[in-house]
Amino acid sequence: MSEPTVPHEPVLSVANLAIELPAGADRLYAVEHVSFDIHRGETLAIVGESGSGKSMSANAVMGLLPPGTRAAQGTAKLDGIDLLRLDAEAMRAIRGRRIGMIFQEPMTALDPLMRIGDQIAEVFEAHGLLAPAERRARALALLTEVGIPEPERAIHAYPFQLSGGQRQRVVIAMALALDPVLLIADEPTTALDVTTQAQILKLIRELQDKHGTAVMFITHDFGVVADIADRVVVMSKGRVVETGAAADVLGAPQDAYTRQLIAAIPTGRPAAGDGPRKAAGETVLEVRGLTKTYRSAGGFFRPARVVHAVRDVSFDLARGETLGVVGESGSGKSSLGRCLVRLIEPDAGSIRLNGQETMGQSVGEMRIWRRRMQMVFQDPYGSLNPRTRVGRIVAEGPIAAGMPIGAALKKAGDLLALVGLDASAVDRFPHEFSGGQRQRIGIARALALDPEIIIADEAVSALDVSIQAQVLRLLADLKTRLDLALIFITHDLRVAATICDKVAVMRKGEVVEMGPAAQVFGDPQHEYTRRLIAAIPGRAEGDAFGARAAAI
Amino acid sequence: MKAFWSRFRRHKAAVAGLVVVLLVVAIAIAAPYFYPVSPWKMVQRPFLPPFANPAVPLGTDTLGRNVASGLAYGARVSLLIGTVSTLVALAVGVPIGALAGYFGGVVDDVLMRFTEFFQTVPSFALAIVLVAIFQPSLFSIIIAIAIVGWPPVARLVRGEVMAQRQREYVEAAILAGQSHLTIITRQILPNVVSPIVVLASLMVASAILLESSLSFLGLGDPSIMSWGYMIGAARTVVRQAWWLSVFPGVAILISVLALNLVGEGLAEALDPRSSRDQA
Repeated sequence: MSEPTVPHEPVLSVANLAIELPAGADRLYAVEHVSFDIHRGETLAIVGESGSGKSMSANAVMGLLPPGTRAAQGTAKLDGIDLLRLDAEAMRAIRGRRIGMIFQEPMTALDPLMRIGDQIAEVFEAHGLLAPAERRARALALLTEVGIPEPERAIHAYPFQLSGGQRQRVVIAMALALDPVLLIADEPTTALDVTTQAQILKLIRELQDKHGTAVMFITHDFGVVADIADRVVVMSKGRVVETGAAADVLGAPQDAYTRQLIAAIPTGRPAAGDGPRKAAGETVLEVRGLTKTYRSAGGFFRPARVVHAVRDVSFDLARGETLGVVGESGSGKSSLGRCLVRLIEPDAGSIRLNGQETMGQSVGEMRIWRRRMQMVFQDPYGSLNPRTRVGRIVAEGPIAAGMPIGAALKKAGDLLALVGLDASAVDRFPHEFSGGQRQRIGIARALALDPEIIIADEAVSALDVSIQAQVLRLLADLKTRLDLALIFITHDLRVAATICDKVAVMRKGEVVEMGPAAQVFGDPQHEYTRRLIAAIPGRAEGDAFGARAAAI
Repeated sequence: MKAFWSRFRRHKAAVAGLVVVLLVVAIAIAAPYFYPVSPWKMVQRPFLPPFANPAVPLGTDTLGRNVASGLAYGARVSLLIGTVSTLVALAVGVPIGALAGYFGGVVDDVLMRFTEFFQTVPSFALAIVLVAIFQPSLFSIIIAIAIVGWPPVARLVRGEVMAQRQREYVEAAILAGQSHLTIITRQILPNVVSPIVVLASLMVASAILLESSLSFLGLGDPSIMSWGYMIGAARTVVRQAWWLSVFPGVAILISVLALNLVGEGLAEALDPRSSRDQA
């Protein structure tokens, strides 16, 4: 992407924007002194971690600030008109017609009870444009343009009948229906699988080239930035810390915070200084032919559905080894993890722990061996009981195993210190902690029963990139200190490549490729693995993990 | 707790409701001090209109009994029946709902069909039949009201427990080796308390109404003075002595309204969405 030559006026010019938060919030302004320009045909990426104010800035431009907040200072000029001074009626005429929007969650952005064609036609109707028959024809043309397969059929479909990527295409079609000069995309690919994300990014780029639309692209992912942005605005705590051409900001960041953010991106290479890996220790887990199939009863008109969640999966895991399980949503990687600890009961196969078969045991026996295999969960909010004190949460396991409560709570305190939390954490409730801290609590809980194997199910996926790096370091550190075996389930290939020794690639319940991480990512054998790797954002030709990683 | 109170206080109507409920409780407790004489005893000539004699401010009924005294003692009965029958209904409904929601599958099917069996019978008709079979007494009325009251509790708790069951902290508790009973009581139920508390406050109100209706039909405990009984006894003389039905009626109206207001205030104060900004 070359820097477009733009001698004329910017499409959108935001100057000195400040958004006031309601009284009692943790800071006075959500964003302050925010200024940027977007020119015709240009993509400006606004990057930052959660709470940086990047979405707030976009909401201000759209006139969709949440109640209680208001734009206190500054201007946001679209073709010379200050959007911040417009009344609701004038703003409504601009939204949709002059500014198109794409949201993060394609399911909730569409009306679930309205056919796709009608939703697109509604965009014209809302602005009183075209006759009904023409609206229909335009809707069809738009669906064709955004690359929906069989647009004649899709126009009659309901949102739930389309896949996530197709729904996002429909949202893009609606955003572009009136040929807006500015397109605001708020994390449009965050909810999508990596291969779908690559397609959607490509689509946005193509449409932009064709229509010359200016794009304001909000994201937390520097990989996506490298793929799509011409210029970058980096935000932190409501302020712009760095602005510049994408290549400059990514290649030679000036600000300390930007450098820190870019350094935190999983590089896809084993951490430096790790040297050659230790020879693998004794095998602790042998899995053979593990299978779980879901069958739903058929009705009068539809056949019974059979879903292979896990299909004939076999692997070995040695002490001190990290196995990465990667795949897209629905590939069965989470089901595999839950089958191993028997939160889901597998249909067939064998799971041997230190040579002992664990299948077909009584509930009591299972409770004993399950202590040796513990799990760290994905959701830092849902995985901790909101009504239980943190010390007790960590101590539950030992207490259930028969340890006296006092000793268990003392152990909980030690474990919380081990994962880098303050001793006072014991008496506090989960809601008093940030996402990264909660994930540390989850790790302390998993360690409380002195397990030999930890299964981390998307354990860092919900975290900001800098926090993610910290938690990954903690996991790697604990793994070596406690000589654990780790099964790391993730959809993020960059993360997997960074910390895993061995990688298993799953699709539709089957392991399609397994081997040492360097081999799987460096020389992928299976066509699906190659496609996954090709879809990683921010990846330059010829290098699996991008020139950016090398530049750091 | 402090945050909860400050949120509750924001709803003026709920605070007013709470004040009224506390007032009714105070009257019920203090009844024997104000009226040491039994409310069944004749104290004046019959049909004395209200405000005529300071000793009997709300007048007397067909047999010369003190209406004000009857109201005070009736408050005891209404509150007693309201709270005890609600507690019994919770004691039945919460475990059934929790088991159905936690285990799902066959357990859920069996328990829910059992619950629906009670729900398909009109609740007031069922209460009348039960009281009629077991002889009207304080005990049988409480049991009858509890029996028609527990199915909605079971339904509510089942739904809430099912939602909590999906959360990862429950999976973590299973991995920690906790028993099902521990998981239900220690992990899940504390997260379901808020909707139960709200429902319970509304159930107390409906139990008071149900008891009044039963007493009105002559199915109350014949040895206790209750608001419903007073209205029922006065229905033949409504045109001669309006005060005999109006005062107990107003008492029921105010108490039930106050309890409903408190319930709504609790619902909003306990709602996690309104607590998020406080967290």
